[in-house]
Amino acid sequence: MAYRIQGETGEWEVVVGLEVHAQVISNAKLFSGAATAFGAAPNSQVSYVDAAFPGMLPVINEFCVEQAVKTGLGLKARINLRSIFDRKNYFYADLPAGYQISQYKDPIVGEGTIVLDLSDGGTREVGIERLHLEMDAGKSLHDQHPSKTYVDLNRAGVALMEIVSKPDLRSPEEAAAYLRKLRTILRYLGTCDGNMEEGSMRCDVNVSVRKVGGRLGTRTETKNVNSIRYVQQAIEYEADRQVKLIEEGGQVVQETRLWDPNKGITRSMRSKEEAHDYRYFPDPDLLPLVLEQSWVDRVKQTLPELPDDKKARFMADYGLSAYDAGVLVAERARADFYEAVAKGRDAKMAANYVIGDLLGALNKTGKDIGESPISAADLGGLIDLVTDGTISGRIAKDVFAEMLETGEKPSVIVEKKGLRQVTDTGAIDKAIDDVMAANADKVAEYRSGKDKLFGFFVGQVMRATQGKANPALVNDILARKLKG
Amino acid sequence: MSLDKATVAKVAHLARIRVPEGELDHLAGQLNGLLGWVEQLREVDTDGVEPMTSVVAQTLRRRADAVADGGYPDRVVANAPDGAEHFFAVPKVVE
Repeated sequence: MAYRIQGETGEWEVVVGLEVHAQVISNAKLFSGAATAFGAAPNSQVSYVDAAFPGMLPVINEFCVEQAVKTGLGLKARINLRSIFDRKNYFYADLPAGYQISQYKDPIVGEGTIVLDLSDGGTREVGIERLHLEMDAGKSLHDQHPSKTYVDLNRAGVALMEIVSKPDLRSPEEAAAYLRKLRTILRYLGTCDGNMEEGSMRCDVNVSVRKVGGRLGTRTETKNVNSIRYVQQAIEYEADRQVKLIEEGGQVVQETRLWDPNKGITRSMRSKEEAHDYRYFPDPDLLPLVLEQSWVDRVKQTLPELPDDKKARFMADYGLSAYDAGVLVAERARADFYEAVAKGRDAKMAANYVIGDLLGALNKTGKDIGESPISAADLGGLIDLVTDGTISGRIAKDVFAEMLETGEKPSVIVEKKGLRQVTDTGAIDKAIDDVMAANADKVAEYRSGKDKLFGFFVGQVMRATQGKANPALVNDILARKLKG
Repeated sequence: MSLDKATVAKVAHLARIRVPEGELDHLAGQLNGLLGWVEQLREVDTDGVEPMTSVVAQTLRRRADAVADGGYPDRVVANAPDGAEHFFAVPKVVE
Protein backbone atom coordinates (compact mmCIF):
# COMPACT_ATOMS: atom_id res chain seq x y z
CA MET A 1 0.00 0.00 0.00
CA ALA A 2 1.41 3.34 -1.03
CA TYR A 3 2.27 5.75 1.76
CA ARG A 4 0.46 9.07 1.30
CA ILE A 5 0.29 12.26 3.29
CA GLN A 6 -3.18 13.75 3.15
CA GLY A 7 -2.73 17.52 2.83
CA GLU A 8 -5.20 20.39 2.46
CA THR A 9 -4.48 20.55 -1.27
CA GLY A 10 -4.38 16.83 -2.04
CA GLU A 11 -2.21 13.77 -1.62
CA TRP A 12 1.57 13.95 -1.24
CA GLU A 13 4.21 11.29 -1.46
CA VAL A 14 7.51 11.18 0.36
CA VAL A 15 10.88 10.62 -1.34
CA VAL A 16 13.59 9.20 0.91
CA GLY A 17 17.27 8.44 0.46
CA LEU A 18 19.48 7.07 3.22
CA GLU A 19 23.17 7.54 3.96
CA VAL A 20 24.40 4.82 6.26
CA HIS A 21 27.73 5.03 8.06
CA ALA A 22 28.80 1.48 8.76
CA GLN A 23 31.82 0.91 10.96
CA VAL A 24 34.17 -1.57 9.31
CA ILE A 25 35.09 -4.64 11.36
CA SER A 26 38.89 -4.54 11.61
CA ASN A 27 41.55 -4.81 14.30
CA ALA A 28 43.30 -1.55 13.50
CA LYS A 29 42.16 1.82 12.16
CA LEU A 30 41.91 2.88 8.52
CA PHE A 31 45.16 4.85 8.43
CA SER A 32 46.97 3.92 11.66
CA GLY A 33 47.92 0.89 13.75
CA ALA A 34 45.81 1.89 16.78
CA ALA A 35 43.11 -0.52 17.99
CA THR A 36 39.38 -0.16 17.24
CA ALA A 37 37.78 -2.01 20.20
CA PHE A 38 34.67 -0.42 21.68
CA GLY A 39 34.66 0.92 25.23
CA ALA A 40 38.41 1.40 25.93
CA ALA A 41 39.74 4.04 28.36
CA PRO A 42 39.81 7.60 26.91
CA ASN A 43 42.49 8.26 24.30
CA SER A 44 44.12 4.87 24.98
CA GLN A 45 43.61 3.72 21.37
CA VAL A 46 45.04 6.76 19.68
CA SER A 47 48.22 7.03 17.64
CA TYR A 48 49.97 10.26 16.69
CA VAL A 49 48.38 9.88 13.24
CA ASP A 50 44.87 9.81 14.73
CA ALA A 51 45.63 12.81 16.93
CA ALA A 52 46.98 14.64 13.84
CA PHE A 53 50.38 15.42 15.28
CA PRO A 54 52.50 17.42 12.84
CA GLY A 55 54.34 15.38 10.24
CA MET A 56 52.45 12.14 10.78
CA LEU A 57 51.45 10.34 7.61
CA PRO A 58 48.49 8.02 6.98
CA VAL A 59 49.15 4.48 5.70
CA ILE A 60 46.08 2.58 4.55
CA ASN A 61 44.96 -0.65 6.23
CA GLU A 62 44.63 -3.19 3.40
CA PHE A 63 42.04 -5.27 5.26
CA CYS A 64 39.69 -2.26 5.47
CA VAL A 65 39.99 -1.98 1.69
CA GLU A 66 39.12 -5.67 1.36
CA GLN A 67 36.11 -5.22 3.66
CA ALA A 68 34.81 -2.34 1.52
CA VAL A 69 35.26 -4.34 -1.68
CA LYS A 70 33.56 -7.34 -0.09
CA THR A 71 30.61 -5.16 0.88
CA GLY A 72 30.46 -3.72 -2.63
CA LEU A 73 30.37 -7.21 -4.10
CA GLY A 74 27.64 -8.18 -1.63
CA LEU A 75 25.59 -5.22 -2.87
CA LYS A 76 26.10 -6.41 -6.47
CA ALA A 77 27.89 -3.14 -7.10
CA ARG A 78 30.58 -1.99 -9.49
CA ILE A 79 34.05 -2.04 -7.93
CA ASN A 80 36.18 0.89 -9.03
CA LEU A 81 39.72 -0.34 -9.59
CA ARG A 82 41.01 3.18 -9.09
CA SER A 83 39.71 5.39 -6.31
CA ILE A 84 40.92 8.60 -4.70
CA PHE A 85 41.06 9.82 -1.11
CA ASP A 86 40.07 13.42 -0.58
CA ARG A 87 40.16 15.81 2.34
CA LYS A 88 36.81 17.06 3.58
CA ASN A 89 37.59 20.24 5.45
CA TYR A 90 35.70 21.47 8.52
CA PHE A 91 36.50 22.48 12.06
CA TYR A 92 35.16 20.60 15.02
CA ALA A 93 36.70 19.71 18.37
CA ASP A 94 36.61 15.97 17.71
CA LEU A 95 38.34 16.26 14.31
CA PRO A 96 41.96 16.99 15.20
CA ALA A 97 43.35 17.44 11.68
CA GLY A 98 40.64 19.93 10.65
CA TYR A 99 39.75 17.57 7.81
CA GLN A 100 38.34 14.09 7.41
CA ILE A 101 39.96 11.75 4.91
CA SER A 102 37.09 10.57 2.73
CA GLN A 103 36.36 9.80 -0.91
CA TYR A 104 34.47 12.28 -3.03
CA LYS A 105 34.47 12.06 -6.83
CA ASP A 106 36.07 8.64 -7.14
CA PRO A 107 34.69 6.24 -4.51
CA ILE A 108 35.88 2.64 -4.20
CA VAL A 109 32.41 1.25 -4.99
CA GLY A 110 29.88 2.52 -7.53
CA GLU A 111 26.26 1.67 -8.27
CA GLY A 112 24.61 -1.46 -6.88
CA THR A 113 21.24 -2.78 -5.77
CA ILE A 114 19.58 -4.12 -2.67
CA VAL A 115 16.40 -6.21 -2.65
CA LEU A 116 13.87 -5.30 0.04
CA ASP A 117 11.70 -7.98 1.57
CA LEU A 118 8.33 -6.35 2.16
CA SER A 119 5.88 -7.38 4.88
CA ASP A 120 3.42 -8.80 2.31
CA GLY A 121 6.08 -11.31 1.19
CA GLY A 122 6.88 -9.33 -1.96
CA THR A 123 10.21 -7.77 -2.90
CA ARG A 124 11.37 -4.43 -4.29
CA GLU A 125 14.73 -3.32 -5.66
CA VAL A 126 16.38 -0.17 -4.35
CA GLY A 127 19.43 1.39 -5.99
CA ILE A 128 22.75 1.96 -4.23
CA GLU A 129 24.41 5.13 -5.45
CA ARG A 130 27.89 4.48 -4.04
CA LEU A 131 29.98 3.23 -1.16
CA HIS A 132 33.10 5.03 -0.04
CA LEU A 133 35.71 4.61 2.66
CA GLU A 134 36.35 7.32 5.20
CA MET A 135 37.65 7.78 8.72
CA ASP A 136 35.42 8.35 11.71
CA ALA A 137 35.75 11.40 13.97
CA GLY A 138 36.33 11.29 17.74
CA LYS A 139 33.59 11.38 20.33
CA SER A 140 32.46 14.51 22.15
CA LEU A 141 30.97 14.15 25.62
CA HIS A 142 28.85 17.12 26.60
CA ASP A 143 27.51 15.91 29.92
CA GLN A 144 30.69 15.40 31.96
CA HIS A 145 31.29 19.00 32.96
CA PRO A 146 29.05 22.10 33.27
CA SER A 147 31.02 24.34 30.91
CA LYS A 148 33.31 22.00 28.99
CA THR A 149 33.05 19.34 26.33
CA TYR A 150 35.34 16.34 26.76
CA VAL A 151 36.86 14.77 23.67
CA ASP A 152 37.94 11.16 23.29
CA LEU A 153 39.76 10.28 20.06
CA ASN A 154 39.55 6.48 20.38
CA ARG A 155 37.02 6.41 17.56
CA ALA A 156 38.95 8.94 15.46
CA GLY A 157 40.38 7.19 12.44
CA VAL A 158 38.27 4.02 12.65
CA ALA A 159 37.24 2.96 9.14
CA LEU A 160 33.68 3.71 8.03
CA MET A 161 31.85 2.75 4.89
CA GLU A 162 29.39 5.41 3.84
CA ILE A 163 26.69 3.62 1.87
CA VAL A 164 24.40 5.96 -0.04
CA SER A 165 21.07 4.80 -1.45
CA LYS A 166 19.36 6.33 -4.44
CA PRO A 167 16.23 8.34 -3.52
CA ASP A 168 14.15 5.23 -4.27
CA LEU A 169 12.38 4.81 -0.94
CA ARG A 170 8.76 5.91 -0.70
CA SER A 171 7.66 5.26 2.88
CA PRO A 172 8.94 4.95 6.44
CA GLU A 173 8.33 1.18 6.22
CA GLU A 174 10.48 0.85 3.10
CA ALA A 175 13.27 2.80 4.80
CA ALA A 176 13.08 0.38 7.73
CA ALA A 177 13.10 -2.62 5.38
CA TYR A 178 16.14 -1.15 3.61
CA LEU A 179 18.06 -0.74 6.86
CA ARG A 180 17.17 -4.23 8.06
CA LYS A 181 18.24 -5.77 4.78
CA LEU A 182 21.47 -3.77 4.61
CA ARG A 183 22.26 -4.79 8.18
CA THR A 184 21.59 -8.44 7.35
CA ILE A 185 23.93 -8.29 4.34
CA LEU A 186 26.70 -6.56 6.33
CA ARG A 187 26.42 -9.17 9.09
CA TYR A 188 26.49 -12.06 6.60
CA LEU A 189 29.62 -10.57 5.06
CA GLY A 190 31.20 -9.90 8.45
CA THR A 191 32.14 -6.38 7.36
CA CYS A 192 30.11 -4.47 10.02
CA ASP A 193 28.37 -5.70 13.16
CA GLY A 194 25.34 -3.50 12.38
CA ASN A 195 24.85 -2.53 16.01
CA MET A 196 22.96 0.77 15.94
CA GLU A 197 22.90 1.15 19.74
CA GLU A 198 26.70 1.19 19.97
CA GLY A 199 26.81 3.50 16.98
CA SER A 200 28.57 1.08 14.64
CA MET A 201 25.78 1.73 12.13
CA ARG A 202 24.46 5.31 11.92
CA CYS A 203 22.01 6.82 9.52
CA ASP A 204 21.39 10.22 7.91
CA VAL A 205 17.93 10.58 6.40
CA ASN A 206 17.23 12.66 3.28
CA VAL A 207 13.56 13.52 2.92
CA SER A 208 11.55 15.55 0.42
CA VAL A 209 7.88 15.59 -0.51
CA ARG A 210 6.02 16.05 -3.79
CA LYS A 211 2.54 15.78 -5.20
CA VAL A 212 2.10 12.19 -6.36
CA GLY A 213 4.22 11.74 -9.49
CA GLY A 214 5.21 15.43 -9.54
CA ARG A 215 8.59 17.12 -9.60
CA LEU A 216 11.10 16.36 -6.84
CA GLY A 217 10.93 18.77 -3.92
CA THR A 218 13.75 20.33 -1.91
CA ARG A 219 15.22 17.86 0.56
CA THR A 220 16.41 18.13 4.13
CA GLU A 221 19.03 15.92 5.72
CA THR A 222 18.41 14.67 9.26
CA LYS A 223 21.60 13.57 10.99
CA ASN A 224 22.57 10.64 13.18
CA VAL A 225 19.31 8.88 13.68
CA ASN A 226 20.39 5.91 15.74
CA SER A 227 17.62 3.32 15.53
CA ILE A 228 15.37 1.94 12.82
CA ARG A 229 12.31 3.08 14.75
CA TYR A 230 13.66 6.64 14.96
CA VAL A 231 14.35 6.63 11.22
CA GLN A 232 10.70 5.81 10.61
CA GLN A 233 9.54 8.47 13.05
CA ALA A 234 11.93 11.09 11.61
CA ILE A 235 10.60 10.45 8.08
CA GLU A 236 6.98 10.68 9.23
CA TYR A 237 7.65 13.89 11.15
CA GLU A 238 9.72 15.50 8.41
CA ALA A 239 7.24 14.63 5.64
CA ASP A 240 4.32 16.07 7.63
CA ARG A 241 6.32 19.18 8.49
CA GLN A 242 7.28 19.81 4.86
CA VAL A 243 3.73 19.30 3.54
CA LYS A 244 2.32 21.68 6.14
CA LEU A 245 5.05 24.23 5.40
CA ILE A 246 4.45 24.18 1.64
CA GLU A 247 0.68 24.28 1.95
CA GLU A 248 0.93 27.31 4.23
CA GLY A 249 2.81 29.09 1.45
CA GLY A 250 6.30 28.52 2.80
CA GLN A 251 9.32 26.86 1.20
CA VAL A 252 11.42 23.92 2.33
CA VAL A 253 15.00 25.04 2.92
CA GLN A 254 17.79 22.63 2.00
CA GLU A 255 19.43 22.22 5.38
CA THR A 256 20.83 19.84 7.94
CA ARG A 257 18.45 18.93 10.74
CA LEU A 258 18.84 17.03 13.96
CA TRP A 259 16.55 14.29 15.26
CA ASP A 260 15.40 14.89 18.83
CA PRO A 261 14.31 11.47 20.12
CA ASN A 262 12.89 12.87 23.37
CA LYS A 263 10.45 15.21 21.65
CA GLY A 264 10.03 13.10 18.50
CA ILE A 265 10.81 16.06 16.23
CA THR A 266 13.54 17.26 13.85
CA ARG A 267 15.05 20.72 14.27
CA SER A 268 17.37 22.90 12.25
CA MET A 269 21.13 22.72 12.91
CA ARG A 270 21.99 26.27 11.89
CA SER A 271 25.67 25.90 12.75
CA LYS A 272 26.13 23.26 10.06
CA GLU A 273 24.93 25.43 7.18
CA GLU A 274 28.15 27.20 6.42
CA ALA A 275 30.16 24.06 7.11
CA HIS A 276 28.60 22.54 4.00
CA ASP A 277 31.38 24.21 2.03
CA TYR A 278 33.82 21.37 2.60
CA ARG A 279 36.37 22.39 -0.07
CA TYR A 280 37.23 18.82 -0.99
CA PHE A 281 40.56 18.21 -2.65
CA PRO A 282 42.68 15.06 -3.21
CA ASP A 283 44.73 14.22 -0.12
CA PRO A 284 48.37 14.84 -1.10
CA ASP A 285 49.49 12.30 1.55
CA LEU A 286 47.77 9.42 -0.25
CA LEU A 287 48.27 8.13 -3.76
CA PRO A 288 45.28 6.76 -5.68
CA LEU A 289 44.10 3.38 -4.45
CA VAL A 290 44.61 0.98 -7.35
CA LEU A 291 43.20 -2.56 -7.24
CA GLU A 292 43.86 -5.52 -9.51
CA GLN A 293 40.82 -7.19 -11.05
CA SER A 294 42.35 -10.57 -10.20
CA TRP A 295 42.49 -9.57 -6.52
CA VAL A 296 38.84 -8.44 -6.63
CA ASP A 297 37.96 -11.81 -8.17
CA ARG A 298 39.73 -13.60 -5.34
CA VAL A 299 37.80 -11.56 -2.76
CA LYS A 300 34.62 -12.55 -4.57
CA GLN A 301 35.49 -16.21 -4.07
CA THR A 302 35.47 -15.66 -0.30
CA LEU A 303 31.91 -14.29 -0.18
CA PRO A 304 29.50 -16.40 1.83
CA GLU A 305 26.10 -17.34 0.41
CA LEU A 306 24.12 -14.10 0.68
CA PRO A 307 20.60 -13.81 2.11
CA ASP A 308 18.80 -13.48 -1.25
CA ASP A 309 20.54 -16.57 -2.65
CA LYS A 310 19.94 -18.49 0.54
CA LYS A 311 16.27 -17.54 0.53
CA ALA A 312 15.88 -18.74 -3.07
CA ARG A 313 17.64 -22.00 -2.19
CA PHE A 314 15.44 -22.56 0.89
CA MET A 315 12.34 -22.10 -1.25
CA ALA A 316 13.60 -24.40 -4.02
CA ASP A 317 15.27 -27.14 -1.95
CA TYR A 318 13.07 -27.21 1.14
CA GLY A 319 9.78 -26.13 -0.43
CA LEU A 320 9.37 -23.25 2.04
CA SER A 321 7.13 -20.23 1.47
CA ALA A 322 8.77 -16.88 0.67
CA TYR A 323 7.73 -15.67 4.10
CA ASP A 324 9.19 -18.61 6.04
CA ALA A 325 12.40 -18.56 4.00
CA GLY A 326 12.68 -14.80 4.60
CA VAL A 327 12.31 -15.23 8.37
CA LEU A 328 14.96 -17.95 8.44
CA VAL A 329 17.59 -16.13 6.38
CA ALA A 330 17.20 -12.81 8.22
CA GLU A 331 20.11 -13.92 10.42
CA ARG A 332 22.89 -16.19 9.31
CA ALA A 333 22.92 -18.06 12.65
CA ARG A 334 19.18 -18.66 12.33
CA ALA A 335 19.56 -20.06 8.82
CA ASP A 336 22.43 -22.33 9.93
CA PHE A 337 20.37 -23.55 12.88
CA TYR A 338 17.45 -24.36 10.61
CA GLU A 339 19.62 -26.27 8.16
CA ALA A 340 21.09 -28.33 10.98
CA VAL A 341 17.56 -29.22 12.14
CA ALA A 342 16.24 -29.88 8.63
CA LYS A 343 19.11 -32.12 7.55
CA GLY A 344 17.72 -35.58 6.79
CA ARG A 345 14.28 -34.62 8.18
CA ASP A 346 10.98 -33.26 6.94
CA ALA A 347 12.00 -29.72 5.93
CA LYS A 348 8.58 -28.14 6.44
CA MET A 349 8.14 -29.77 9.81
CA ALA A 350 11.58 -28.48 10.77
CA ALA A 351 10.59 -24.97 9.63
CA ASN A 352 7.42 -25.13 11.73
CA TYR A 353 9.34 -26.10 14.85
CA VAL A 354 12.09 -23.52 14.31
CA ILE A 355 9.84 -20.59 13.36
CA GLY A 356 6.59 -21.36 15.13
CA ASP A 357 7.90 -22.87 18.33
CA LEU A 358 11.51 -21.91 18.90
CA LEU A 359 11.67 -18.38 17.43
CA GLY A 360 8.29 -17.60 18.99
CA ALA A 361 9.51 -18.70 22.41
CA LEU A 362 12.88 -16.92 22.09
CA ASN A 363 11.14 -13.76 20.96
CA LYS A 364 9.08 -13.70 24.16
CA THR A 365 12.23 -13.71 26.27
CA GLY A 366 14.12 -11.32 23.98
CA LYS A 367 16.82 -13.85 23.14
CA ASP A 368 18.34 -14.57 19.76
CA ILE A 369 19.07 -17.96 18.30
CA GLY A 370 22.65 -17.95 19.59
CA GLU A 371 21.25 -17.99 23.13
CA SER A 372 18.74 -20.76 22.51
CA PRO A 373 18.57 -23.25 25.39
CA ILE A 374 17.67 -25.91 22.82
CA SER A 375 20.40 -27.02 20.43
CA ALA A 376 19.70 -27.78 16.77
CA ALA A 377 20.59 -31.43 17.41
CA ASP A 378 18.05 -31.70 20.26
CA LEU A 379 15.29 -30.00 18.29
CA GLY A 380 16.04 -32.45 15.48
CA GLY A 381 15.86 -35.26 18.02
CA LEU A 382 12.40 -34.13 19.08
CA ILE A 383 11.24 -34.18 15.46
CA ASP A 384 12.65 -37.70 15.11
CA LEU A 385 10.61 -38.85 18.12
CA VAL A 386 7.44 -37.53 16.49
CA THR A 387 8.32 -38.97 13.09
CA ASP A 388 9.04 -42.47 14.37
CA GLY A 389 5.86 -42.49 16.47
CA THR A 390 7.53 -42.51 19.89
CA ILE A 391 5.47 -39.48 20.90
CA SER A 392 2.51 -37.69 19.36
CA GLY A 393 2.66 -34.14 18.02
CA ARG A 394 0.53 -33.08 20.95
CA ILE A 395 2.95 -34.52 23.51
CA ALA A 396 5.84 -33.00 21.56
CA LYS A 397 4.57 -29.55 22.54
CA ASP A 398 4.94 -30.48 26.21
CA VAL A 399 8.38 -31.97 25.66
CA PHE A 400 9.39 -28.82 23.79
CA ALA A 401 8.27 -26.63 26.70
CA GLU A 402 10.29 -28.82 29.07
CA MET A 403 13.36 -28.62 26.81
CA LEU A 404 13.06 -24.84 26.73
CA GLU A 405 12.89 -24.78 30.51
CA THR A 406 15.63 -27.27 31.38
CA GLY A 407 17.74 -27.66 28.24
CA GLU A 408 17.46 -31.44 28.61
CA LYS A 409 17.49 -33.86 25.70
CA PRO A 410 14.02 -34.81 24.40
CA SER A 411 14.67 -38.57 24.77
CA VAL A 412 15.59 -38.08 28.43
CA ILE A 413 12.44 -36.05 29.11
CA VAL A 414 10.23 -38.64 27.36
CA GLU A 415 11.69 -41.51 29.39
CA LYS A 416 11.75 -39.65 32.68
CA LYS A 417 8.14 -38.51 32.42
CA GLY A 418 6.89 -41.70 30.76
CA LEU A 419 5.53 -39.83 27.76
CA ARG A 420 6.11 -42.63 25.30
CA GLN A 421 3.11 -42.98 23.03
CA VAL A 422 0.86 -45.94 23.77
CA THR A 423 0.64 -48.09 20.65
CA ASP A 424 -0.35 -51.20 22.53
CA THR A 425 -3.87 -51.89 21.19
CA GLY A 426 -4.80 -53.83 24.31
CA ALA A 427 -4.27 -50.79 26.52
CA ILE A 428 -6.15 -48.57 24.13
CA ASP A 429 -8.99 -51.13 23.89
CA LYS A 430 -9.33 -51.06 27.62
CA ALA A 431 -9.33 -47.27 27.86
CA ILE A 432 -12.02 -47.08 25.21
CA ASP A 433 -14.14 -49.72 26.90
CA ASP A 434 -13.90 -47.82 30.19
CA VAL A 435 -14.90 -44.54 28.59
CA MET A 436 -17.84 -46.16 26.78
CA ALA A 437 -19.02 -47.86 29.95
CA ALA A 438 -18.87 -44.60 31.92
CA ASN A 439 -20.76 -42.73 29.21
CA ALA A 440 -23.41 -45.23 28.17
CA ASP A 441 -25.94 -42.42 27.55
CA LYS A 442 -23.60 -40.68 25.10
CA VAL A 443 -22.94 -43.97 23.33
CA ALA A 444 -26.65 -44.40 22.81
CA GLU A 445 -26.98 -40.86 21.49
CA TYR A 446 -24.08 -41.42 19.11
CA ARG A 447 -25.62 -44.60 17.81
CA SER A 448 -28.92 -42.82 17.23
CA GLY A 449 -27.13 -40.47 14.81
CA LYS A 450 -25.35 -37.79 16.83
CA ASP A 451 -22.04 -38.14 14.93
CA LYS A 452 -20.57 -35.03 16.47
CA LEU A 453 -20.03 -36.87 19.74
CA PHE A 454 -17.09 -38.70 18.18
CA GLY A 455 -14.79 -35.87 19.16
CA PHE A 456 -16.00 -36.10 22.75
CA PHE A 457 -15.03 -39.77 22.92
CA VAL A 458 -11.61 -39.12 21.44
CA GLY A 459 -11.05 -36.41 24.02
CA GLN A 460 -12.10 -38.70 26.89
CA VAL A 461 -9.81 -41.51 25.74
CA MET A 462 -6.86 -39.15 25.32
CA ARG A 463 -7.48 -37.76 28.77
CA ALA A 464 -7.66 -41.26 30.24
CA THR A 465 -4.28 -42.07 28.68
CA GLN A 466 -2.72 -38.68 29.59
CA GLY A 467 -2.49 -37.88 25.92
CA LYS A 468 -0.12 -40.72 25.25
CA ALA A 469 -2.38 -42.92 23.15
CA ASN A 470 -1.53 -42.98 19.48
CA PRO A 471 -4.27 -40.74 18.01
CA ALA A 472 -4.59 -42.74 14.77
CA LEU A 473 -5.12 -46.00 16.67
CA VAL A 474 -7.64 -44.33 18.99
CA ASN A 475 -9.61 -43.10 16.00
CA ASP A 476 -9.65 -46.51 14.33
CA ILE A 477 -10.59 -48.58 17.34
CA LEU A 478 -13.11 -46.07 18.62
CA ALA A 479 -14.89 -45.90 15.28
CA ARG A 480 -15.09 -49.69 15.17
CA LYS A 481 -16.36 -50.06 18.74
CA LEU A 482 -18.90 -47.25 18.56
CA LYS A 483 -20.43 -48.82 15.49
CA GLY A 484 -21.26 -51.67 17.88
CA MET B 1 38.81 33.53 -12.74
CA SER B 2 38.99 36.41 -10.34
CA LEU B 3 38.31 36.61 -6.63
CA ASP B 4 36.38 39.49 -5.16
CA LYS B 5 36.73 40.82 -1.65
CA ALA B 6 33.68 38.96 -0.34
CA THR B 7 35.01 35.61 -1.59
CA VAL B 8 38.36 36.22 0.05
CA ALA B 9 36.60 37.05 3.33
CA LYS B 10 34.55 33.84 3.08
CA VAL B 11 37.56 31.64 2.32
CA ALA B 12 39.45 33.21 5.23
CA HIS B 13 36.52 32.53 7.53
CA LEU B 14 36.21 28.88 6.39
CA ALA B 15 39.92 28.44 7.13
CA ARG B 16 39.48 30.25 10.47
CA ILE B 17 42.09 32.83 9.53
CA ARG B 18 41.33 36.30 10.85
CA VAL B 19 41.91 38.90 8.13
CA PRO B 20 41.33 42.58 8.98
CA GLU B 21 38.93 44.33 6.60
CA GLY B 22 41.70 46.63 5.38
CA GLU B 23 43.83 43.72 4.17
CA LEU B 24 41.18 41.99 2.05
CA ASP B 25 41.85 43.98 -1.12
CA HIS B 26 45.57 43.42 -0.86
CA LEU B 27 45.07 39.69 -0.27
CA ALA B 28 42.61 39.42 -3.16
CA GLY B 29 45.26 40.94 -5.42
CA GLN B 30 47.88 38.43 -4.29
CA LEU B 31 45.55 35.46 -4.67
CA ASN B 32 44.45 36.62 -8.12
CA GLY B 33 48.10 36.82 -9.10
CA LEU B 34 48.55 33.18 -8.08
CA LEU B 35 45.39 32.11 -9.87
CA GLY B 36 46.51 33.91 -12.99
CA TRP B 37 49.75 32.01 -12.95
CA VAL B 38 47.94 28.67 -12.56
CA GLU B 39 45.61 29.77 -15.35
CA GLN B 40 48.64 30.03 -17.63
CA LEU B 41 49.26 26.31 -17.16
CA ARG B 42 45.93 25.61 -18.86
CA GLU B 43 47.48 26.68 -22.10
CA VAL B 44 49.49 23.47 -22.15
CA ASP B 45 47.77 20.77 -24.22
CA THR B 46 47.21 17.79 -21.86
CA ASP B 47 44.74 15.85 -24.00
CA GLY B 48 45.36 12.14 -23.58
CA VAL B 49 47.91 12.63 -20.80
CA GLU B 50 47.30 10.69 -17.57
CA PRO B 51 47.21 12.96 -14.52
CA MET B 52 50.48 12.64 -12.62
CA THR B 53 49.89 11.65 -9.01
CA SER B 54 53.49 11.35 -7.90
CA VAL B 55 56.87 12.53 -9.10
CA VAL B 56 58.34 9.06 -8.60
CA ALA B 57 56.80 5.86 -9.88
CA GLN B 58 55.29 4.33 -6.77
CA THR B 59 51.99 2.90 -5.60
CA LEU B 60 50.02 3.52 -2.43
CA ARG B 61 51.74 1.89 0.54
CA ARG B 62 49.54 -0.39 2.62
CA ARG B 63 49.68 -1.75 6.14
CA ALA B 64 48.50 -5.09 7.54
CA ASP B 65 45.48 -5.09 9.87
CA ALA B 66 47.49 -5.41 13.08
CA VAL B 67 47.37 -3.33 16.25
CA ALA B 68 50.84 -1.83 16.44
CA ASP B 69 50.26 1.63 17.86
CA GLY B 70 48.39 3.52 20.58
CA GLY B 71 48.33 2.82 24.29
CA TYR B 72 49.97 6.11 25.30
CA PRO B 73 47.15 8.48 26.33
CA ASP B 74 49.60 10.50 28.48
CA ARG B 75 51.60 11.49 25.44
CA VAL B 76 48.51 12.07 23.29
CA VAL B 77 47.10 14.67 25.67
CA ALA B 78 50.46 16.03 26.84
CA ASN B 79 50.17 19.26 24.82
CA ALA B 80 46.47 19.84 25.48
CA PRO B 81 45.79 23.23 27.13
CA ASP B 82 43.02 21.65 29.20
CA GLY B 83 41.88 18.15 30.04
CA ALA B 84 40.81 15.63 32.66
CA GLU B 85 41.24 11.86 33.02
CA HIS B 86 42.98 11.65 29.64
CA PHE B 87 40.14 13.48 27.89
CA PHE B 88 40.81 16.67 25.95
CA ALA B 89 38.61 19.45 27.33
CA VAL B 90 37.28 22.29 25.17
CA PRO B 91 34.66 25.01 25.71
CA LYS B 92 31.22 23.40 25.57
CA VAL B 93 30.08 22.85 21.99
CA VAL B 94 26.58 21.50 21.88
CA GLU B 95 23.76 21.61 19.34
